[in-house]
Amino acid sequence: MSRLANIFAWSRFYAVLVKEFIQMRRDRVTFGMMIGVPLMQLLLFGYAIDTDPHNLPTLIEVADESPVVRSLTAAMDTSDYFDFIGIVTSEAASDEALKDGTASVILTIPPGFEADLIRGVTPELLLTVDASDPVAAGGAIGAMSGVVETAIGQSLNGPLSFAAKSPAPFDLVIHRAFNPSGETSLNIVPGLLAVILSMTMVLITAVAIVRESEKGTMESLIATPVTPSEVMLGKILPYVFVGYVQTAVFLLAARALFSVPFSGSFLAFFLGFNLYIIVNLAIGFLVSTVARTQMQAMQLSFFTILPTILLSGFMFPFAAMPGWAQAIGTAIPATHFLRLVRKVMLKGGGLAEVTQDMAAIAVILLVVVAVALKRYRQTLD
Amino acid sequence: MAEQVPEKVAGEVAISVTGLTKIFGTRKVVDGFDMQVGKGAIYGFLGPNGSGKTTTIRMMCGLLTPDGGAGQCLGLDIVRDSREIKKRVGYMTQKFSLYEDLTIAENLDFTARMFGMKNRKALVAEAVRDLGLEGRAGQLAGTLSGGWKQRLALAACMIHSPDLLLLDEPTAGVDPKARRDFWDEIRKLAARGVTVLVSTHYMDEAVQCDHIAYIAYGKKLIDGAARDIPGQIGLSTYVVTGPDLSELEARLEAEDGTGQVIRFGAELHVSGTDKAALDALAEVERARGTHEWVAKRAGLEEAFIYLMAGAKDNFMLEPVS
Repeated sequence: MSRLANIFAWSRFYAVLVKEFIQMRRDRVTFGMMIGVPLMQLLLFGYAIDTDPHNLPTLIEVADESPVVRSLTAAMDTSDYFDFIGIVTSEAASDEALKDGTASVILTIPPGFEADLIRGVTPELLLTVDASDPVAAGGAIGAMSGVVETAIGQSLNGPLSFAAKSPAPFDLVIHRAFNPSGETSLNIVPGLLAVILSMTMVLITAVAIVRESEKGTMESLIATPVTPSEVMLGKILPYVFVGYVQTAVFLLAARALFSVPFSGSFLAFFLGFNLYIIVNLAIGFLVSTVARTQMQAMQLSFFTILPTILLSGFMFPFAAMPGWAQAIGTAIPATHFLRLVRKVMLKGGGLAEVTQDMAAIAVILLVVVAVALKRYRQTLD
Repeated sequence: MAEQVPEKVAGEVAISVTGLTKIFGTRKVVDGFDMQVGKGAIYGFLGPNGSGKTTTIRMMCGLLTPDGGAGQCLGLDIVRDSREIKKRVGYMTQKFSLYEDLTIAENLDFTARMFGMKNRKALVAEAVRDLGLEGRAGQLAGTLSGGWKQRLALAACMIHSPDLLLLDEPTAGVDPKARRDFWDEIRKLAARGVTVLVSTHYMDEAVQCDHIAYIAYGKKLIDGAARDIPGQIGLSTYVVTGPDLSELEARLEAEDGTGQVIRFGAELHVSGTDKAALDALAEVERARGTHEWVAKRAGLEEAFIYLMAGAKDNFMLEPVS
């Protein structure tokens, strides 16, 4: 009994826990951030950041005017995505428009397109997109296929309806395309959970631990009979609680504001989510063993957050990244949690579907904990 | 200066260490340190900044593992039983190390919980009352003045009624009145049988101790009762009064063979370990008839300035890598 109490005493663990909660409560700004940041990001990403482009200035390059062209322009006018600004007849003119920015989308209809269509030859259409904004370009490409298909389908009616068949009787050739996986707010919102949790968990844990040594309170603390495990658990558990609160706020808001479904297994989500929180706390702990000051802890945390945002597949499609970036991305827990959340929330996945993602997070956790413990021992003396 | 407290009769021993050594990197911060502290004594640690006082204190309360040497603290081995030692030792750090964002009562309560005290509420209430802070128990510790912070820190490290109190420069940066109050407190505790080990820079505090050890660059240069230390060094002093002391000071310092010359307001204290040479110098100076030279018993102040000057040499001979 006394031997066990030497290693772990509930009373001391509880004392650290209570102290952390009091400090958390006193630090109004940080506390407000913990709840405010997820809400703000949710609103920003959900409402302000819309990867679907609107009113892209569009030109049609065509040699001869035909009914197909007329129905295409009409279809573009009704579409939200494109703002039809005119017809050019030469390649030079369309290149010029693209270069100076008057147009960002150009649809080239080759000579004899309509005739080929009627003959059943499957002619080609060329879509040129200003890919300097790859996300907008990607959206345009996706939308254009639909618009063109509808327009041509409508023009091939009456006596020409024999030529209208499915799949579309033409090929849309895409030029300089950059096609992300078609992000919508439905997709971004669950991914945001991974990023926000990682951001707060790593940062707050690291800062909370480093604060003790920077302020000198660690010296008093370790002069008491407290053990490292009591300190660590007592300090980390309150932030697990914060993670729960953040997630609850987030899920409720996502449902209320964006009607993001939760179609999969809650158990799968819950297990994965706890694993993800733990791995982030461990990373925060690791950061705290490296950083000497709270400022360093903050900078190091941001250092880990950037790849989480950029390489996890949250901002940009994972499949589109080069191999080395994918390798880095695979080592980031958010990558796997993101997949897990998307699978569970959007695709209705259950435990079986997410085991692989959970296993990946578990492996990362083991590595992080091993490194952190090794470093922690070195910093004791 | 206050009356010197007679040294406690060497009965039971609270701390006894031999050959204590600590190495940080390639640097020997503490080097072969021996010490004996009697139970109920007030033991003073003196020495310049960076001389290893804090490291030595930390090794004795089990915060640091010594790289060499052995010892016991309250009858417990300082390496093996560090956890047991922590339960019976109160350690007050140099820097205020309680939580500034917790209130006075919360800080005391937290410490009491850490030591697993049973009657926490009563202890905290008593400590707050003893501090005279009844109405302010709910005040954040960070908003206290320096002197109050020190007293709160002392109250916190006394909450589990330790047998040994380790105070690391407890009065640094505290005003004289608060310092005096603080020392009254320390003497009360010592009278109750608590052993106190205190490190300090201040001479007026050093003389409050029963026993003093002077440390420089990790080595103990001297230890003994406060009043015996000047004698142990073998220092003789002349007090010089008269006109144009600055001029005389400059002249004496330029002269070879004169020991140390220190200005104390309207007096010069000329000290040296070679009594004969010093007497001869006084004889010559008296003959000039400009200043009055009176022999006096060397005090602690002269002794420590002498030791510090020696330590500086020590530093030059053995550069710290």
